Amino acid sequence: MARDSQAALVALNRFGLGARGGASGDFLNAASDPRGFVKAELARPNGVLLEVPGLQSTPALGKAVFDYQFEIQQARDAAAKSAAPATEGQPPPDAKAQRRNLSLNSIAMDMAPREPSKEQPAKPPDNPNAAMAPAEAMRPNAPKPPPAPLNIIQKTFRAEALARLQRAVMADCGFTERLVVFWSNHFCISANKGGPARMWAGSFEREAIRPHVLGRFGDMLKAVEQHPAMLFFLDNQQSLGPDSRAGKNRNRGLNENLAREILELHTLGVGGGYSQADVTSLANIITGWTYAGRLGQLGAPGSFVFNANAHQPGAQRVMGKIYDAPDVRQGEAVLADIARHPSTAKFIATKFARHFVADDPPPALVARLADVFMRTDGDLKALATALVDSDDAWKAPLSKMRSPYEFLVAAGRLLAQIPNDPGRYLGGLNALGQPLWSPAGPNGFPDTDAAWAAPEGIKLRLDISAQIASRLADGVDPRDLLELVAADAASSETRKTIERAESRQQALALLLMSPEFQRR
Amino acid sequence: METTMGCCEDMRSLVTSRRALLLGGASFAAWAYLPKFARAADGRDPRLVVVILRGALDGLATVAPIGDPDYAGLHGSIALSSSGPNAAVGLDNFFSLHPAMPEFARMYREKKAAVIHAVATSYRDRSHFDGQDVLESGFAGPGRVQSGWLNRALEGLPKGERVTSGLAVGPTTPLVLRGAAPTVGWAPVALPQAAEDTAMRLVELYQHRDPALANALKQGLALDKAAQGDDMKPKPGTNGVAAMRLVARGAAKLMAADDGPRIGALAFDGWDTHANEGGPVGRLAQLLGGLDGALAEFETGLGPRWRDTVIVVATEFGRTARINGTQGTDHGTGTIALVAGGAVKGGRVIADWPGLKPASLYQGRDLAPTTDLRAVMKGVLKDQFGIAEKVLAENVFPDSAPVKPMQGLVG
Repeated sequence: MARDSQAALVALNRFGLGARGGASGDFLNAASDPRGFVKAELARPNGVLLEVPGLQSTPALGKAVFDYQFEIQQARDAAAKSAAPATEGQPPPDAKAQRRNLSLNSIAMDMAPREPSKEQPAKPPDNPNAAMAPAEAMRPNAPKPPPAPLNIIQKTFRAEALARLQRAVMADCGFTERLVVFWSNHFCISANKGGPARMWAGSFEREAIRPHVLGRFGDMLKAVEQHPAMLFFLDNQQSLGPDSRAGKNRNRGLNENLAREILELHTLGVGGGYSQADVTSLANIITGWTYAGRLGQLGAPGSFVFNANAHQPGAQRVMGKIYDAPDVRQGEAVLADIARHPSTAKFIATKFARHFVADDPPPALVARLADVFMRTDGDLKALATALVDSDDAWKAPLSKMRSPYEFLVAAGRLLAQIPNDPGRYLGGLNALGQPLWSPAGPNGFPDTDAAWAAPEGIKLRLDISAQIASRLADGVDPRDLLELVAADAASSETRKTIERAESRQQALALLLMSPEFQRR
Repeated sequence: METTMGCCEDMRSLVTSRRALLLGGASFAAWAYLPKFARAADGRDPRLVVVILRGALDGLATVAPIGDPDYAGLHGSIALSSSGPNAAVGLDNFFSLHPAMPEFARMYREKKAAVIHAVATSYRDRSHFDGQDVLESGFAGPGRVQSGWLNRALEGLPKGERVTSGLAVGPTTPLVLRGAAPTVGWAPVALPQAAEDTAMRLVELYQHRDPALANALKQGLALDKAAQGDDMKPKPGTNGVAAMRLVARGAAKLMAADDGPRIGALAFDGWDTHANEGGPVGRLAQLLGGLDGALAEFETGLGPRWRDTVIVVATEFGRTARINGTQGTDHGTGTIALVAGGAVKGGRVIADWPGLKPASLYQGRDLAPTTDLRAVMKGVLKDQFGIAEKVLAENVFPDSAPVKPMQGLVG
């Protein structure tokens, strides 16, 4: 087959996570069969699953976080009782300590090549005035006291992040990982909501998103809305049917948060034909959708349960249809119906095309994707396949900025650096405004070019690129890397800029910032 | 380090937590067994510092052949002159030194500094990367070798005259010091995020290829400056005058210690002066001032060790003899090497001067090289550390037997 470098760029950047360095041959493979290169991953449905030894199920993680928080609370109570100063010395149960270790510099450290000779531990000399003691003026460099040990929440978050990052850096094309990120952002939770959210951010994606990325939208929808992480994030565990036994006893009632976002953000979209009455009805319908707590009265701690005591009894009308099942099936029936609603098809198709192709995607492409979604009853593999099969998706100019996540992962792939510590990447994502699993609101991270091409963001990317380059340029030739990134699809200006850079470091930083690397 | 906007505060502050010591191949156990170095013959305790100027220094602008009748015409508006304001400092009847280097001029007068002119590596093309590869690897051509001549020199030291690990200054070990022999690394805090030169090159690329990104980046750079509050303050970076001094001060302190590294290597960026190079004042003058300050910092910081020290300053190639249309110079060939230090037999410009007549120029463009840079390096290594000529010709600079060590540079 003829070699098509421009199509290879589309395959690797628009659909994938960028060419890997080393001897991967990614660019050549993509150039010889661009669509086949992208679609190969779709043929391996189980390849989307992320099963890594040590990563635990949501209930197991739930029990651990409940126990941890209970211990902290007990210690606090004991301290308060003995009138001692509050919980000093207690590890903070929140994310602050975790963020402390994140730094831009450490991304570069993480990506730095690890020569065997450098693996030896750095033992300080006995004599403080010896050769390696920093000069007086460099005092800030003095070794810092060791950081406090990570608590269970921090450890879990880092392990989940590491597993995801490693998968992303190693994936063949990265198309299915891109799909995971897309759906995970569509059905986002925020780890900043609190301990359980941080604990579950990774398992939520592994359990509710990944199994369905090449399956049915309706199945993903149900898995997401019944996942403890989502129920916690959007407060549904607090929502009580006003006429339920628990609602009457406790004089508390409905919380519409999850119901509203299901209709507005997860399925029909704003203007998708629902009313406030529909929101209220749906909120009533999903009362009782919660998870079992530490004591396990309703079930295994941390597992999804339907609490009939909290459920609003009676039939409800949503979008003109009556739902009268007496239990969890009432809500499941609503989800199944709105999952195949034409508004949902249109909303998903638009978002999908916007993410992969252009901020204002070709209307014909959106229409085709919506049609596929409707015809196949929300078959997401068919949707992804239709996208890759569409000529529109290949013809549109590469005009979108890579998101910070895509950028950092692409850099890691190109430089063949498999992360072994997530802190570096997490720090870079924080700095660039896309902290992992922590968008500012339930609408997720923005997905338009303007969001990521902002002045401060670009300047920060340049700083990060320079940092990465200062660690990694030795031992690589940026001219060779440009061949891996874009080959003859590279513009002559980019080629010249890299060739004329005055050092490898500068050339690598410029390559990472080039339009060929930043745009997709 | 200046803190910028709130969103980056976390990151910026943590940049300063860069580990002081980046152990590059440092084998502590081996180090501990190494005897204190002293030359068996005369008890000297020599030091060697290699300074690499990345981007190709204009040797004709630094040590100007004012006595050459063709010089002023070729270098045009940026040529140095021996009279007027900012006059060049006469080194002999023929060569004058850039006025931005008073410390080097003093060392020269004290016969502790020398210039080798019309010098080049064996590389004859014009790629920075390949040129730096040749300069640092010590091989005759670019070959992506993963060890440098200074590291192999450490390995080639006579038995019993082993020195402690080489010191690599900066965020990474320069190729010249990479290899099997142990090295330690050190970097001052807050080395550049992105040098201004890199940012400007990127703006240029974006202007041609991606105007939206060009605008965003320009605004981002302006924001950054505003946040730093002081436009005039030199930005942190290896090409800032203050930063060069800072780097040298730290390295000198480490190397001055009794059990400190005897050999060090560092690199300064920013010498690729294609446009607005400047003459006695301007961009190149600033860089040369930084280099001059760095040499002075080594002299001060090494204290009594300065007596036995040689600093060699080298660059990957030179620049065109004739200035270009943008008041700068392009990639050329012949350039200079500088040596300074208490162990240098200085007060001389060493040159087999080829002349600047059109017919004498290399490819009609460049100062023709008449001295192989390897001869300079070999001469220094031989005299400072007693490394045998055979080892220099076979291991340190492979296949370089015809290039004889320069005699009498050190002593």
